[in-house]
Amino acid sequence: MKSILASGTAVAILLSASFAAAQDVNFLSTQLRPVEEAQKVRQVLLKGVPGKVSYLVEEPPQFDVRMKAEGKAGKRTISVAGALHGELQPLVTSGDLDTVDDLVAKLADRGIPQGLLELGKLGTGKQVYIPWMQATYIMVARKEALASLPAGADVNALTYDQLEAWGKALTEKTGKRLIGFPAGPKGLMPRFYQGYLYPSFTGGVVTPFRSADAEAMWGKFKSLWQYVNPNSTSYDFMQEPLMAGEVWVAFDHVARLKDALVQEPDKYVTFPAPAGPKGRGYMPVVAGLAIPKGAPDRAGAVAVIEHLTKPEIQVKTAAEVGFFPVVKAELPADLSPGIKLIAEGVAKTQGAKDALPALLPIGLGDKGGEFNKVFSDSFQRIVLRGENPRAVLDAQAAVLKGLMEATKAPCWAPDKASEAACPVD
Amino acid sequence: MKRTQSRALPYLLLAPSLVFLTAIFLLPLVQTIALSFSESGVASLGNYRRMVSDLNFGLALCNTFLLVLVVVPIQLALALGMSVMIEKIGRGRDLVLWVWTIPLGVSDLAAGLVWLAILQDRGYLNSALYGLGLIDGPTAWLTYETPGTLFLGVVLAEIWRATAIVLVILVAGLQLIPKEYREAAEVFGARPWTIFRRITLPLLKPSIQTALILRTVLAFEVFAVVYAIGGTNFPVLVGEAYTWQNANQNTGVAAAYAMLIVVISLAATAIYLRALRVPAEQQP
Repeated sequence: MKSILASGTAVAILLSASFAAAQDVNFLSTQLRPVEEAQKVRQVLLKGVPGKVSYLVEEPPQFDVRMKAEGKAGKRTISVAGALHGELQPLVTSGDLDTVDDLVAKLADRGIPQGLLELGKLGTGKQVYIPWMQATYIMVARKEALASLPAGADVNALTYDQLEAWGKALTEKTGKRLIGFPAGPKGLMPRFYQGYLYPSFTGGVVTPFRSADAEAMWGKFKSLWQYVNPNSTSYDFMQEPLMAGEVWVAFDHVARLKDALVQEPDKYVTFPAPAGPKGRGYMPVVAGLAIPKGAPDRAGAVAVIEHLTKPEIQVKTAAEVGFFPVVKAELPADLSPGIKLIAEGVAKTQGAKDALPALLPIGLGDKGGEFNKVFSDSFQRIVLRGENPRAVLDAQAAVLKGLMEATKAPCWAPDKASEAACPVD
Repeated sequence: MKRTQSRALPYLLLAPSLVFLTAIFLLPLVQTIALSFSESGVASLGNYRRMVSDLNFGLALCNTFLLVLVVVPIQLALALGMSVMIEKIGRGRDLVLWVWTIPLGVSDLAAGLVWLAILQDRGYLNSALYGLGLIDGPTAWLTYETPGTLFLGVVLAEIWRATAIVLVILVAGLQLIPKEYREAAEVFGARPWTIFRRITLPLLKPSIQTALILRTVLAFEVFAVVYAIGGTNFPVLVGEAYTWQNANQNTGVAAAYAMLIVVISLAATAIYLRALRVPAEQQP
């Protein structure tokens, strides 16, 4: 009797679970993955959406596999997909995303800038995703480091030469190397080369990869590296070394600096990355919301997207998880001081006179990792192992050329637009 | 009828494990071999070429072998000493054995993190040395600029973590050696060192062989400890396979690394089987 009861209960639980699953709108995201952030999404940001939403997270490679596998199997479980611009791009090529042109009209009053909407077409002429939130990379310094700024330097308009001089002054004063970069195994250092270093010195990323400008740039970076903390090749997130005082000046994605800024806002200043001869390269990071083809609950998905793009939810997103609005929304004055610091850093970066936006790589599909490797390997060989920059750049350019030809990815900004695969000069 | 049944019985009993092995071991192995020898569906040696020409390949190969050559002999010597000591302990033997085998229950990654907490700039060792006035401030030992101390850190962590498995095998082996041999040797006046060299060691050979094979194969597959302590500053073969699969998203090159590790492990096993061969008549 007991066992019958038990199995009856088990069946009931299973049934109710599958019913619940059938009713939920499954929202799969590669963003806001850490447990605390995912909880914020579930408990704060998705509150008020009609119907029940399950917020699920997945690392980018697995996200890609899952989306494509569900499409191939003809059995969709995901109704909304939230991911970075570059992560959604391969799903367009594989035909896994539905167009959302109908939503553009519905969301007309949100005031999403035309440029951002255009990005959401992914070059197809149809709206493929709705911009969700944006972020970028900034620099953070502990206030005690400001005293050592080189004479005449404005922290909000630094050049790479001044950053090096600053690092040198800090080392002379403290005996330590206090500049930090996230060059660890999971750090976002490749984005620094692609969005900051290369554009600032060469005005491009792929095309001028092995140019004379690039050669000079690596020389400069190597000389800056003398003042960079040697633990940098182990740092994945810069917030911990900043808080520990191991590093006084750091570059990273705002999401990976947030803990330090929120916990001790009085201790830090935020400012844009330095400028080179070609401008102040920076990489805007845009995340979008898309609806997979054959989504089990398209109406539910539309409701989620409408909700998340409301100005008040966008402001909440900034306050809770540090990603900034893509819609017209005033950030409130009572924003927490840490988030305000991030917002200032982002605004100074975007608004810099010499700002040179560099997009995340587009069209590389599953070769994104190997694309990053070209830059990491160049860094490893030139800066850490002291190999000849010319020889390294020539060798790596051949690898880069092979990758571009294999993926046929056309150039993205700031490289000059190309019809076919982006050329490596 | 009965006879055929009894003849089929051993095979029937073996069948489940055979199915199991085929499904979770042989099939993936065959798939990995196929993956490593193909590039976008076409048969090719491209993955192996890329593996060999990668900037970390030589370093990873070198580091892995260096680690095995340093760690395994130390572990064997330590475990031999410890197992003989355990033999001699009367009361409290189980407690000592229990304490010594605690690292067996700790996962590789956790062990690596424990040692990272000790050795990193703000770690316990730095604090202790600073407290004693031996260093001026936090010293970095685990960076790309200090390969020596980084290697030492990995060796320490590996020895701490994986000596216990050798110890357990040797303790079991020691218990199998009949006491009569030693008693006879003592009657004839043999010294402890002679007894150890002439009786214990030869009779322990099968256990040593097992322990060495197991330990060496596992040492070639070292990853989590190195990853925790050194990140990518200390490339090893399995770490490279992981990076190619995970960060570079190139399954082909990752499969090539996996095959290389399989080949090296098989070769090491074959060498031990031959070098420590125990003729049937000598087996206890």
